[in-house]
Order: sequence, then structure tokens, then C-alpha cells
Amino acid sequence: MSTHGDDEKGGVSRRGFLGGVAGFIGVTAVGSTAEATPVPKAEIYEASGLSKLTLQVNGRTHSLLVEPRWTLLYVLRDRLGLTGTKPGCERGECGACTVLFDGVTRYSCMTLALEAEGHEITTIEGIMAGEALGPVQQSFADEDAFQCGYCTPGQIVAVEGLLRQNASPSIDEVREGVSGNLCRCGAYGHIFKAAMRAAAMKQVS
Amino acid sequence: MMGSFSYVRAGSVKQAVAALAHDGARLHAGGTDLLGCLRDRVFDAGSVVSISGIEELGGIAALSGGSVRIGALATLAEIASHPLIRERYPVLAEAAASAASPQLRNQGTIGGNLCQRPRCWYFRGDFICTRKGGSLCYAFDGENRYHCIFGGDGCYIVHPSDAAPALVALDAQVSIAGPGGSRTIAVEDLHILPKQDIRRETSLEAGEIVTEIVVPPPRAGLRSTYRKVRERGSWDFALVSVAIAAVVAAGKVSAARVVLGGVAPKPWRSIAAEAALIGHAIDESAAMRAAAGAVEGAQPLAQNAYKVPLLRGALEEAVMSLARP
Repeated sequence: MSTHGDDEKGGVSRRGFLGGVAGFIGVTAVGSTAEATPVPKAEIYEASGLSKLTLQVNGRTHSLLVEPRWTLLYVLRDRLGLTGTKPGCERGECGACTVLFDGVTRYSCMTLALEAEGHEITTIEGIMAGEALGPVQQSFADEDAFQCGYCTPGQIVAVEGLLRQNASPSIDEVREGVSGNLCRCGAYGHIFKAAMRAAAMKQVS
Repeated sequence: MMGSFSYVRAGSVKQAVAALAHDGARLHAGGTDLLGCLRDRVFDAGSVVSISGIEELGGIAALSGGSVRIGALATLAEIASHPLIRERYPVLAEAAASAASPQLRNQGTIGGNLCQRPRCWYFRGDFICTRKGGSLCYAFDGENRYHCIFGGDGCYIVHPSDAAPALVALDAQVSIAGPGGSRTIAVEDLHILPKQDIRRETSLEAGEIVTEIVVPPPRAGLRSTYRKVRERGSWDFALVSVAIAAVVAAGKVSAARVVLGGVAPKPWRSIAAEAALIGHAIDESAAMRAAAGAVEGAQPLAQNAYKVPLLRGALEEAVMSLARP
């Protein structure tokens, strides 16, 4: 939380940020001090302590305090209570943690929470149609596209992301679209069917 | 859990370069490789310097004169789907599309892809190997089925990038910014071998960052392709890959660049394969001679001799796929 102005190597000067957002300090890059036009400052978030972060998740704005090392996955689940997004491998291989980042699929385990500032995050909870299931969710239920269900939120968000880019994918495009999501139960056949059904449902609605 | 680090959100290249001057500073573009390394404790970061918000580092656009500029932050997904890349440089679009998974292609940048760390399981694991400052390459006498058959020397990694062989085949240039100003080099000269410096994979100096890539205008008659062989059809790193850019004029190859992936610590240009193609029509005998040339001098380890015939086959297929425009 400290914002003391210690001297830094490499020509970067630090100044305490008046009115102090915790752990948030402005710096000026080398050689920029003499320029007439104002140079925007790099933002530093201290390793120790918590820094303020504003996130847009499922259309709502959340303000919270985070450590720089916290991933978006951790923040969604453990700080915002959005536990639909699942931790699996936590190394960018299984897809259980897939979210939409500005409408595009991304692994939240491989994304620092601070990287999400200024971007629109959509989780499995955000693709409901009000209180009802969204078309992709409904299709997964209709096609029995899961067994244990652990990978399902990630699979559904992957299909949602695919259909936002390609409203009527071929079966091969579906296979490619969910290729970043593993299912240990091996429900792939039903998942592909559910994706095709969801595409059809979306086009009707 | 990753160790603690401070986070710097750079608003310009200048700020990023200044912030990288601090001990333990690590660059973050898409973050997919960095976070993997930090989580596996391959190295720790004192600070993470993020350039992901620097707009001038993004985008793909044609330049006057016919070349194409690809900003360092252009994602693999953008490159794979961009009409300019798909029309002019199929080898690059195919290579980008074959990398990783949809989620990682949406996040991973071309700059980061060129600068990613090796996937060797000893390097990524809890081994102080030669690349991490130790005295042993554990792969040399260990589990080495995914390791190199060319260019190993005290370290036997393969360079994991798909895009890099494609960019070398296209003779692309890479621009680099650093404390001493900016410079531009061939992508071919970006990556280095263990015998040059066993601790790093690129010729980037401390504090330098990749800012953009420029692909030269496609020459008339350019045909290009990327052939990647992996253990499974879904996403995986290459066992071997082949990037070819060949100019065909009056039925014969007048110029060719053949670059191999998955077989060496850097994208491995095969002059012998190129020589086998230049001056000849693209047919089976040329393909076989090129394939034979490509594996000349291969030095497999105990478990990766399969890469030699695999590479021959992939190269023959890649050449033959260029027989028609």
C-alpha cells in the first residue's frame, strides 16, 4: 500500500500519487521530462499490497482490490463469486476457465486480472437469457453434451465465442472452435451436436 | 501460485523500454508464455511490464510498396484470418492457424510467439539445466523424443514457434526497440543457437522489445505453404514442420526458401533443400531430392531418430502441394 517516492534505477522517477489509490504510482519515462507536450505516465501497481481495479463483468462494473499476480480466473471465482468459470489445469491447456474477453474466447487462468481492466468480460453466468438458459446452454442440456459437467461451462463459452464469429459453422469448424477445451469424459460427439443445434437455435431466435 | 511481482502498464514503447531496465523486469504482451513460465517457476519476475495496451504496436496493414506490416501485438488469430495474409502469404496464415488453440491464438501475439521460451520439459521443470545456468543438459541422456536433430550443442531444445519458420521463409524483417534506439534485422537473424549463447533463444539484448514485423511484397509466381506434423490432430506443438516459399516462373522454381520447424533450436533453413528445388519443375523427383537434402547432417538423439523420416515425408508433401498454384 505504500506510495513512498523511493529512487529508482534506470532513469525512472517515482512520485507518490496524491490522493492515493492504494499501491498505484505514476512514473515518467526516460527523456520525457523536458518535452512540452504532456506524456502519459506508465502505471505501476506495487507487488506488495493491493491495488484498485475496475472490471466490467457480464455488464456490471466491479471495483475491487487485487494483487498484480492474481489471475482473472482467481478474481472471478474468489473475489466476485462467479464460480461458473472453472479452474482445471491452470496452465492454458484444458479450457475449463474459458471466458469471453471483448467477445472473444480466452483462458482466464492465463490472464492477469489487471490485464482485463477496460475490457468487457463475459462468463458463463453472463450468457443466460435473463433467468432462462441461453441457447448454447439449452442446447447442451438438450443434447446431453456432458457427463461429469466440469468442463461444460468452458465448452459452452467456447461455443458461444465461436458462434459470435461464425453464426453457421460446419462440423469441422465446430471441432476446431472447441479444440482448446478438453473433456475427460469424452463427450465430444454430443458437444459437437450441441454446438450445431445452438447455431440453429440462435438463427431462429 | 506465481511469486509476487509489481505490474507496470506501459503507455508507450519508450516507457516499456525504461521499465525493462529494472532488474527482474519481464515483458508481457499477450502473457500466455510469460504466465506459464512464472507459474512453473522457470524464472521469477520482479516486475511485469505490460505492453498490451500500446495501440501503435498492433494492427496489420499494407505499406506503400506492397509489403505488409504486422504490429508486434497482432494476435495469431488476427494473422490467421487477415485477408492480406491469407491471399499473399498462405504459409504465414497456415502457420498461425496451426499454432496452439483458439483461445491462445486470440491472446498470443506474434511478437511473443517469436520470443517464447522453449518447451523442453527439463527447462520447464525443476532442473537447473544448461539453459538455466547449470552444467548439464538433462535431455541429452534423458527423455529426448521431442528434442532437436540439428544445431544442438550443450542444449537440445527445439524452437516451438510455427510462425517463425514461415516468416523466415518469407524473408521478413523484424524491428526492435531498446535502450540504444531502434534497429531492424531479418527474422532469420533473430534466433540464435546454443553455441552462440546457451542462455537465450534470440539475439535481443537486455531491454529490447520486438515492435513490428514487415513482410516483403510477394514476388510474381510466389507459392507458399506450411506443413506441420504433430502427435494429435488437435492442438499441439510440431514434431516437425516445413515452411516453403518458392517463386515459380515458366514452370520452374527460380527462387526458394525452405525452413524447418521442430527440429532445431531455431528455425532451421535448409540450403540443400532449396538448391534441390531451384532450377527445376516441382515434381516428385525434385521433392525427393529436396527431402533428402533437408535431412543431410541430422544428428538424432536416442529417442528422436523418427524425426528424420518424418521430416522427409513432411517436406515431400509440402513441396508437392506447391505443384499447382
